[in-house]
Amino acid sequence: MAAPKDDLIVAQGLVKLYQMGDEIVRALDGVSFAIERGGYAAIVGPSGSGKSTLMNLIGGLDQPTDGRLSIDGRDMGAMDDGDLATFRNRTIGFVFQSFNLLPRMTALENVELPLIYAGETPKNRRERAAELLTRVGLGERMDHRPTQLSGGQQQRVAIARALACRPAIVLADEPTGALDTSTGQEILALFRSLNKEGATVVLVTHDSEIAAATRRVIEVRDGRIVQDRVLENAA
Amino acid sequence: MIRTEDLAMSAMRALRSNPLRSALTALGVIIGVASVVAMVALGRGAQARIEQSISSLGSNLLIVVPGAMRGGGGVRGAAGGWNSLTMGDAEAIQREVEGLAAVAPSQRGQAQIVAEGLNWNTRVEGVTPAYLLARDWSVAEGRFFEDRDVAQARRVIVLGKTVAENVFPNTDPIGQTIRLSGGSYEVIGLLASKGQSGFEDQDDIALAPLTTVKRRLTGRRGTADSVSQISVKAASEAGIARAQEDITNLLRQRHRIRGDEDDFTVQNLNSIAEASQEATKTFTALLASISAVSLLVGGIGIMNIMLVSVTERTREIGLRKALGARKNDILQQFGLEAVALSVAGGVIGLAIGVLGAWAITAAAQLPLTVSIDTAFLAIAFSGAVGVIFGAYPAWRAARLDPIEALRRE
Ligand SMILES: Nc1ncnc2c1ncn2[C@@H]1O[C@H](COP(=O)(O)OP(=O)(O)O)[C@@H](O)[C@H]1O
Ligand SMILES: [Mg+2]
Repeated sequence: MAAPKDDLIVAQGLVKLYQMGDEIVRALDGVSFAIERGGYAAIVGPSGSGKSTLMNLIGGLDQPTDGRLSIDGRDMGAMDDGDLATFRNRTIGFVFQSFNLLPRMTALENVELPLIYAGETPKNRRERAAELLTRVGLGERMDHRPTQLSGGQQQRVAIARALACRPAIVLADEPTGALDTSTGQEILALFRSLNKEGATVVLVTHDSEIAAATRRVIEVRDGRIVQDRVLENAA
Repeated sequence: MIRTEDLAMSAMRALRSNPLRSALTALGVIIGVASVVAMVALGRGAQARIEQSISSLGSNLLIVVPGAMRGGGGVRGAAGGWNSLTMGDAEAIQREVEGLAAVAPSQRGQAQIVAEGLNWNTRVEGVTPAYLLARDWSVAEGRFFEDRDVAQARRVIVLGKTVAENVFPNTDPIGQTIRLSGGSYEVIGLLASKGQSGFEDQDDIALAPLTTVKRRLTGRRGTADSVSQISVKAASEAGIARAQEDITNLLRQRHRIRGDEDDFTVQNLNSIAEASQEATKTFTALLASISAVSLLVGGIGIMNIMLVSVTERTREIGLRKALGARKNDILQQFGLEAVALSVAGGVIGLAIGVLGAWAITAAAQLPLTVSIDTAFLAIAFSGAVGVIFGAYPAWRAARLDPIEALRRE
């Protein structure tokens, strides 16, 4: 494909400092990269290297101490609180290591949650949530509560929730970290098919096997990018 | 933007998820609202009772009695004693004071009424026909006596309801004859009932011509011309103060009084009513504000539990923010939970308060007056308590950092 290069995420010299008592922690220390629209990237690195910090910046949950981050052509530094909330709602779909489902709600209600904040009507919400749960293979378990589901099933609900508002970017921080290997593979297959359908997927992992299944691996260490490789996996 | 009904739903869901805790939290507001409602109802009941009994004496009424009024209240005999008021005074008031609807001199007596072997001891007032208008009485059956009957001192009598019922339990009293202090009287009419006034039965009365009563019943008391009371009805409420002043001046002149001490007192029923209204109002306000303190305590209870809830649900708040909740959405969600708690408490408290008020007023034989505005106020007040005491916890929730919140276990 000879399409022009279309960068969805552009980071330039990102710095994030944390104050820990008297000490200043450099969680990110000048990170620059770009991920194109429709990309499928893994951020790898040892624990404490700054992966989650980077994801939080991309997801609009946190602001960099220095540097520029622009997503879909919009400068994140220029967004106010309300813009950021809308951004997280519409542009980003989060998937967490620990699923983060609300325990008192059914699978369907959990998936509806982002749509509530989007102001969707109950009817539209239910339709969309049901469609997504069917898509991730949980069409039969929509009324189950998280405690009635296995870890893999819970993560599928979380992925369905991440997709609710048709986000441009799916951000997953160690999505298979709490799952056994074969379940992890199933989840990974799900991300791959999402990516094939056009979503830009960025996931954090310290599992090199998982990283190898993506099309791009960005390796960070001590808040810096030490390697950035494009893999020859078929899109 | 989140839809309002979704906000309400999520608040309801949160409260239902821990019903016992919600109920206990609302209890403070329930008790507060219930006691305010009961106290206000009690106060209003007492007020209504006072109003009833005073207005049943007659509206725009001035009552002139012999003797001077001492600061605190009691009428005490002065120069001229109990005979200081005369028929002549009544006539002079009628003639010279303007803006009056009725002037009615009367002589009070007490006597045993006997008929058909039954007897009843009652108040017998010697009055003129003007008394009906002055005291807001009306005749239910038969007729009242006329000026002619008074002039001729005829032995006719009009009975109050209680007297009629006790002396003529089975017969129509009109046209019957009763014996009173050795004389016989013809019953010509029955008064319409006025009911209870304070602890006095106003219907326990009989009215006879003033002249007749003076001559045959109370003749030995006072002079031939003296009366025990003059009831004066002003033509309008606005004219009462003026009439009171004019009557006072006129009587001072007629009684040749120079010093400070009058030998009569002009009582203004309206101002007595107002004064006692004020007193009950103050008392009610006092009771209600004591009860309001428990409402305050209820509010603090809500704040406490909401703070606990925010801490417990920190992770949920972080997640909601990550999924697109705005500060305002979180603020409203927790604010609404607090308001829902306290308004629910307010509604239950209102119900309990009305029941309590009903029980108290029934026991004290007061009229039950729970008005729409009390209900409305109770709800509005509990809503305000929710807003005030829910604001801080909700604000704490809204400003949580989503990353910190998500990291929390
Ligand atoms: N809120 C914070 N306060 C202080 N230090 C932090 C905070 N968040 C992260 N850090 C530090 O920043 C560094 C990077 O953290 P993180 O991005 O979570 O690493 P990773 O996700 O790669 O394990 C670590 O040294 C961590 O201790
Ligand atoms: Mg991490």
